Amino acid sequence: MQTTLDQQDHTPIIEARDTHLYYGKFRAVKEFDLKVQPRKITAIIGPSGCGKSTVLRSFNRMNDFVPSFRLEGEVLFHNQNIYAPEIDPVFIRGQIGMVFQKPNPFPKSIYENVAWGARINGIKGNMDELVERTLRQAALWDEVKDGLKNSALSLSGGQQQRLCIARALAVQPEIILMDEPCSALDPIATLKIEELMRELSVNYTIIIVTHNMQQAARASDMTAFFTMDEDRAGIMVEYDQTSKLFTTPRDQRTEDYITGRYG
Amino acid sequence: MNRAPHKSAQAASPHLLARHRAGRLWKTGFSLSILFGLIALAALLFNVIDQSAGLLVTANKVDPSTLAEKPLEELSVKELTQILKSNLSNNRIKTIERNGVLMGRTQAELLELIDEQIVKPEVIASYHLFESLRHETEIRQQALGKNPDARIEWKIWLNWHFLTNVMSSNAQYAGVRTALLGSLFLIAVSILMAFPIGVGAAIYLEEYSDRRLRINRIIQTNIDNLAGVPSIVYGILGLAIFVRALSPLTSGVIFGVEGGNGRTILSAALTMALLILPVIIINAQEAIRAVPSSLRQAAYGLGATRWQTIWHHVLPYAMPGILTGSILAVSRAIGETAPLIVVGAATFITQDPNGVFSRFTALPIQIYNWTTRPQPEFRNIAAAAILVLLLSLLSMNAVAILLRNKFSRR
Repeated sequence: MQTTLDQQDHTPIIEARDTHLYYGKFRAVKEFDLKVQPRKITAIIGPSGCGKSTVLRSFNRMNDFVPSFRLEGEVLFHNQNIYAPEIDPVFIRGQIGMVFQKPNPFPKSIYENVAWGARINGIKGNMDELVERTLRQAALWDEVKDGLKNSALSLSGGQQQRLCIARALAVQPEIILMDEPCSALDPIATLKIEELMRELSVNYTIIIVTHNMQQAARASDMTAFFTMDEDRAGIMVEYDQTSKLFTTPRDQRTEDYITGRYG
Repeated sequence: MNRAPHKSAQAASPHLLARHRAGRLWKTGFSLSILFGLIALAALLFNVIDQSAGLLVTANKVDPSTLAEKPLEELSVKELTQILKSNLSNNRIKTIERNGVLMGRTQAELLELIDEQIVKPEVIASYHLFESLRHETEIRQQALGKNPDARIEWKIWLNWHFLTNVMSSNAQYAGVRTALLGSLFLIAVSILMAFPIGVGAAIYLEEYSDRRLRINRIIQTNIDNLAGVPSIVYGILGLAIFVRALSPLTSGVIFGVEGGNGRTILSAALTMALLILPVIIINAQEAIRAVPSSLRQAAYGLGATRWQTIWHHVLPYAMPGILTGSILAVSRAIGETAPLIVVGAATFITQDPNGVFSRFTALPIQIYNWTTRPQPEFRNIAAAAILVLLLSLLSMNAVAILLRNKFSRR
């Protein structure tokens, strides 16, 4: 039993293989390989402009909306290349949810924010239950249960971000991508989100982009460090367990960055 | 080290004073622009209101007291009918009875008919509101001096009769019912045509078209230019296409309407729709472009298709802006005269429009027609019709604003 579980744990749920990312002629991120473990929190850190967000968005084809974007190589989700021509990006985004840098709830009621994604994805069943369950999962239920009909815009920034997480959970994805989810929040709201991530990682795979190294160190299991090379293209320098990467980095550039000697 | 902002230090800074002075100068300039606008508006309203009421001097062709022994108000329906029949020709009676037999009418209606058909008060002079207020006694003396039988009365030209009467060659009995209904019909049909097409085109251009393709940039430039094309050009286009080329369709002949020609409400509404389409498209595009991309990303990130994103999030968010733009377009359309003249609006018509295939007239056409008449009293009813036009415009805008507020309540 133990061995199967172990093996499962080491089969990546999503994996970038020999991937290059381009905007037009500009190579934004040079070849990288990244195997993301299921039900773990994987952090992507690095200086501004190194392509962290581009990498994250290539995992659920959100870059498709940038007309000049191009990807070489493959991104395998359960061993299926999500950039294969027969794959529908809409389906992929239903499986791999996303939480953005700035809380962006819909200008509708709290209830509608959670229920909408589930409804358009054709999820049937008791919607009230689903809304309550996902709001509980996102640690927001107790704060909003008396005002589900209120506008989502009446919530505080931290609450809005947790609502966005609940909204993503309601679609029942396997992976949640988070693009600097705490950069617009105060430290207390940030801590709440981090706690929440920890709880969610029991059931979900989380990939988080952050420019806050303490956050990566505190909240993640695995960390990938990206930086820029001489021609301004992003490169992946090191990918390891968070504890190892922050204590005994193998690469000089990683060490410079985490000790604050870089930028 | 650092200087504290002492009062004396401030006073010693002439540069700062100059900056404030420049600012005040600009502010005065901007206030003057508003003042100019207000003065123009006040002048317009003054002029229209001044002409739409005032003293009216009339003289009767036939003295009503010679028609019967008792005052007319005391006579029965039967006696009034008798008076009408004995004073008017048979043909005239037939024409009148087309709208209902005399015996079937009320006493008040018959009195009105006698006034209009037999007594025939003729306008001798008509005075503007403020002139009448200032010189009422002089006007009365002067009028009576010229004609001792003259009837002098205060007249508010914009009254219920004016709204419900049809056209007449006598300004005292003329009304705007046909023109008002024609205008409303016209606007309703053109909105029904132009709004969905315009918003659809805007959605295509903003959400689907690839701006890197030359053809889409050409389309965009053309739409921008079309918004500035003079309305008479649209009128000629409407005449050539809707009135002439598509006459079987716009006259309703293929739908079984008999004896029609292409000069119908449908032709005019289609022309008007073409006229306001570019404005609606451009404003809708503007509104759609103002939808934050974070909203779109949020929807896409949940696995929404492009259409679900547009329908559930982009359009509701953009709707207040789209409606505002459409209000502007409709305001322009309701006052348009030139294209209507070209596509053949009737200037004298007493029949209410009863469908999209009927002949029609519209408020601006009536106003234009009345202002070109030599008799001064037609200028009074033109002013009253302008008030009707302004009021209908205001109430339409009010409805649109209510709709907009309903959409933007979140």
